[in-house]
Amino acid sequence: MNKIENNKAWFFVIPVFVVVAFSAVIPLMTVVNYSVQDIFGANSAFWTGTEWYREMLRNPDLQAALLRQFAFSFAILAIEVPLGIGIALLMPKKGWAASAALVLVAMPLLIPLNVVGTIWQILARSDIGLLGWSLSSLGMDYNINANAADAWFTIILMDVWHWTPLIALLSYSGLRAIPDAYYQAARIDRASRWAVFRYIQLPKLTNVLVIGVLLRFMDSFMIYAEPFVLTGGGPGSSTTFLSQALTTMAVGQFDLGPAAAFSIIYFLIILAVSWVFYTAIMTLQKDKSAQQ
Amino acid sequence: MSWMHWTGPTAGFFISIALILTGMTVWQYFSPSVERKGFLPIATTRGDRLFIGLLTSAFIHLAFIGMTELHVLVATAVSVVWMIILMRWG
Repeated sequence: MNKIENNKAWFFVIPVFVVVAFSAVIPLMTVVNYSVQDIFGANSAFWTGTEWYREMLRNPDLQAALLRQFAFSFAILAIEVPLGIGIALLMPKKGWAASAALVLVAMPLLIPLNVVGTIWQILARSDIGLLGWSLSSLGMDYNINANAADAWFTIILMDVWHWTPLIALLSYSGLRAIPDAYYQAARIDRASRWAVFRYIQLPKLTNVLVIGVLLRFMDSFMIYAEPFVLTGGGPGSSTTFLSQALTTMAVGQFDLGPAAAFSIIYFLIILAVSWVFYTAIMTLQKDKSAQQ
Repeated sequence: MSWMHWTGPTAGFFISIALILTGMTVWQYFSPSVERKGFLPIATTRGDRLFIGLLTSAFIHLAFIGMTELHVLVATAVSVVWMIILMRWG
C-alpha cells in the first residue's frame, strides 16, 4: 500500500503549544531570571547569582516547612488511598442507589477550597462548632488555635474529608471497568473475598490509583487556602506549609528574588517526587505484565 | 522582554537547554533510541536519561550551594561529568 506522507496534522498542535508556552514555560523562565537578581523595580535589578538559593536552602524556617509538608502529604496519602478504595468497594453497583451514592460521595469535591477551610474553622470552634463543642463536652482540651496536635488533627481530617472522595470515585470507575468474566472465573475457583480483591481488583486499579496518588500528592504538596483559613499556619508556625511560607515571602514582604529561588527549589522537589512515583509504579506494572 | 529581566547567564542557560533539546531531536530522528538497561534500576531511552541527568544536575547544584562554600561552577563541572557517565552507561 502506498501511503502518502502527510504530517500537516501537526499544525493542529500549535495552539496547545502556544498556550503552554504562555501559561507555563515563559512564567517559569521569568522566575529563573528573578531568582538570580535583586529586583527593586522595573529598571533596577542587581545580579546576585546563587546568593538567594544559598539563603533559602539554609533558612531553618523553610527547612522546617519542607519537613512539615512531607509529613502532611504522606500522612494524607496513607489515609486517603486505603480509605478511598474501601469506600469504592462498599458503594452500590447499580440502580438508583449507585447514583445516589455517587452524588453523596462527590459532594465535598464541589466545595471551593477556602469555603472548606471556613466550614472546618466553624466546625472546630468550641463554642458553636459541632466538632469542637462535642470534643470539649467530652472533657477533651481541644483548641486548634493553641494546641499544635489539635491543629494537625483537624487539618488532616479536613483534607481526608475533602479529598478521599476523589480517590473513591477514581477507584469506583476502575472497579466498574473490570469485566464480569474475572469474577466468574474467581467464583469457579472458589476464591475468597480477599483473594478477589488482592489478585483481581487491586491490580486492575493500578492505573487509576497512579493518577489518584499523583494528583493527591501534588495537590497536597501545594495546599494553601484550607490551612490558611483554618489555622492561619498556627499555632506559631506548626501548620505553616511550603506554599504559605512562600506567599508570605513573595506577597507579604515582596522579596521577589528569594521567593523566586524558593519557587524553583519547590518546583524541583515536586517534579522529582512525582517522577519517582510515576516511574516506580509504571515499572512495577511492566514487570508484572512481563511475568504473566 | 524587559519585564522578564533577562541576564547573560540565564539567557545562556536557556539557550543551551534549547540547543540540547534540538540536538536530541535531530539525533533521535537520524538514529532512533532503543530502550536499554544500564546501571540505573530501570530501562531507559536516551531522552529518559537526559531528563534524569538534568533533574539530578539541578539537585547537585542545590546540594553544592546549600552545603558547601565552593563556587557554583564546581557543581556544574561535577554535573557535566555525571551527565556523560549517565548518558553513556546509565
